[in-house]
Amino acid sequence: MKAPLVKALVFAVCSLAGACLVFIHPAAQGALPEGDSPGFLFWGATLVIAALAVQSVRRLAALDGRRWLGLATAALFGLWVLYFWQLLVVAFDVPRVLLPPPGLILQSLGEHSEVLWGDFVQTVLKAVLIGWGLGSGLGFAVAVAIDRQPFLQRGLLPLASLTSTVPLVAVAPIAVMWFGFEWPSKAAVVVLMTFFPMMVSTLAGLKASGKLERELMYSYAASYTRTLLALRLPSALPFIFGALKVNATLALIGAIVAEFFGSPTAGLGFRISTEASRMNMPLVWSAIVVAAVTGSLAYAVLVQLERRAAFWHPSVRGK
Amino acid sequence: MKCAKPWQTATMTKAVSPGTWQRLQRDVVPVLVILLGVVALWYVGAVWMNAAGAIERVLPSDAPWTWPQLVAATMDMQRPVLPTPHQVAKDFWSSLVDWPIDSPRNLLFHVAVTAESTLWGFVLGTLLGLVLAVLIVHSRTLDRALLPWIVASQSVPVLAIAPIVLVILGSLGFSGVAPKAVIAMYLCFFPVTVAMVQGLRSPQKIETEMLHTYAASPWQALWLLRLPASLPFLFPALRVGIAAGLVGAMVAELPTGAVAGLGARLLTGSYYGNTVQIWSALVMSALLGLALTLAVAGVEKLVLSRRGGQV
Repeated sequence: MKAPLVKALVFAVCSLAGACLVFIHPAAQGALPEGDSPGFLFWGATLVIAALAVQSVRRLAALDGRRWLGLATAALFGLWVLYFWQLLVVAFDVPRVLLPPPGLILQSLGEHSEVLWGDFVQTVLKAVLIGWGLGSGLGFAVAVAIDRQPFLQRGLLPLASLTSTVPLVAVAPIAVMWFGFEWPSKAAVVVLMTFFPMMVSTLAGLKASGKLERELMYSYAASYTRTLLALRLPSALPFIFGALKVNATLALIGAIVAEFFGSPTAGLGFRISTEASRMNMPLVWSAIVVAAVTGSLAYAVLVQLERRAAFWHPSVRGK
Repeated sequence: MKCAKPWQTATMTKAVSPGTWQRLQRDVVPVLVILLGVVALWYVGAVWMNAAGAIERVLPSDAPWTWPQLVAATMDMQRPVLPTPHQVAKDFWSSLVDWPIDSPRNLLFHVAVTAESTLWGFVLGTLLGLVLAVLIVHSRTLDRALLPWIVASQSVPVLAIAPIVLVILGSLGFSGVAPKAVIAMYLCFFPVTVAMVQGLRSPQKIETEMLHTYAASPWQALWLLRLPASLPFLFPALRVGIAAGLVGAMVAELPTGAVAGLGARLLTGSYYGNTVQIWSALVMSALLGLALTLAVAGVEKLVLSRRGGQV
């Protein structure tokens, strides 16, 4: 490792560690007596830490070279945001309804872990996973099925593209009416939301193979099925994975919003809307943390899968 | 390539430029056929799903009934499981014509409410996204520290924060358009920022170097080169953004006591089991989404054609 890199890292770690000393001050613990202000020493320290934070992020960002450096810079920035969120929210005594400090959110995450696990199972493992799988699978199947029907393609494709401009999640009340309050109604909304992106992407992907390759297959007298399996589906993989990634986010949004319209007494969307109306904000934030972590994890898993499945593709190889 | 395989014809025939009538036939007829198919399926589905209710409630229970009677009954029920297209069309039309435009029973009133917050959010979100993208492009620190979080937020259901935003703004004393516009704003702003950072960086090295040799300031480079070059990236993001903003505005209308707006209309419809009302609100929100996207696309066409069309 080069000297500037080591220096920047050491600087960042030291300033973070030093900044944590401020938590000894009663103002940072929310332990000040009533009507007492944090005092000059506290504000001075906060200002110094702010300068340190900016400087440490800048030094790390100025470096070039390794791939993980970008991640490290972003992570350091995130840590500083969390730090000042905690410090300032406690020091200014911001009402918990407005913005609970991260410590409290973490605590609530631990305390209500069983409730949140139940919500996770209800929303993610049932509604999202089933709906996402069914919707994406159906979209893929329909796209492959109408691949040889130009008439159907020309009819379906414009309509399917238009659905991206339509708030499909609004069918939630109808889904609740048809399939009841339990997870099937949420899964139905998710199926509807994920079907069209997958179909459009797969159709685009099936057209993505190069003319040269297709002519080569033709000169080998390869049958339609053979060409599809050996050339066109593999070259459609980046499009399909793109749709799977978009659909993962759409599915989470669909299931959570559908629960706003009516749900059993579990589920992330139910938790968020009911606890928000009861002003229990730390629990609302923990439910959002669960949803956010789920979304990012799903995305990361799909990226890894894509690297395995389409390792030969230029868009993957370059990374 | 005369010996094209069937699945190749779709791309191959493009080489021959057809007349207007032929193009109409090729592009419009399939869409119409599919739409007709959907309507036909809808009627079949309506008969299928409403049959149980019709047998129970509409048809005489003591006398025997015939199939035509059953079908006629399912077509025109009070509270159908699936209303037929003509019922929805009738309700849609009567809500537009029979009530004054400022009455809550007129769908246009709700459209105006939802469109207002969507457009406010869209404008604010786009401005915020533009400013942030310019800052990110010009500051290495922001680029390395902030951009990864904005990109990562695309895989997170940010719409879930909507109830929190409503509570926070509500306790700060904001009500009416402001909370809904804020939610629409932050949904618009993510795609715009990501696309604009890409777009502002899209000029080739040779072009930036030329401006450098002219001793152009960073502002001039931004105004003369980077912003025009980013337009083709901006407009697709705007189309995504306004659609997301509409969903945000509709979701924001749910917990506010369901007073006005298409989202509120959906919710009251589902409270009172008024399926026809839900469906017409659904059709209206689809039309609003289409209209907003078409408006953005129209502006796109106007701006890009002013700039010579081929950007």
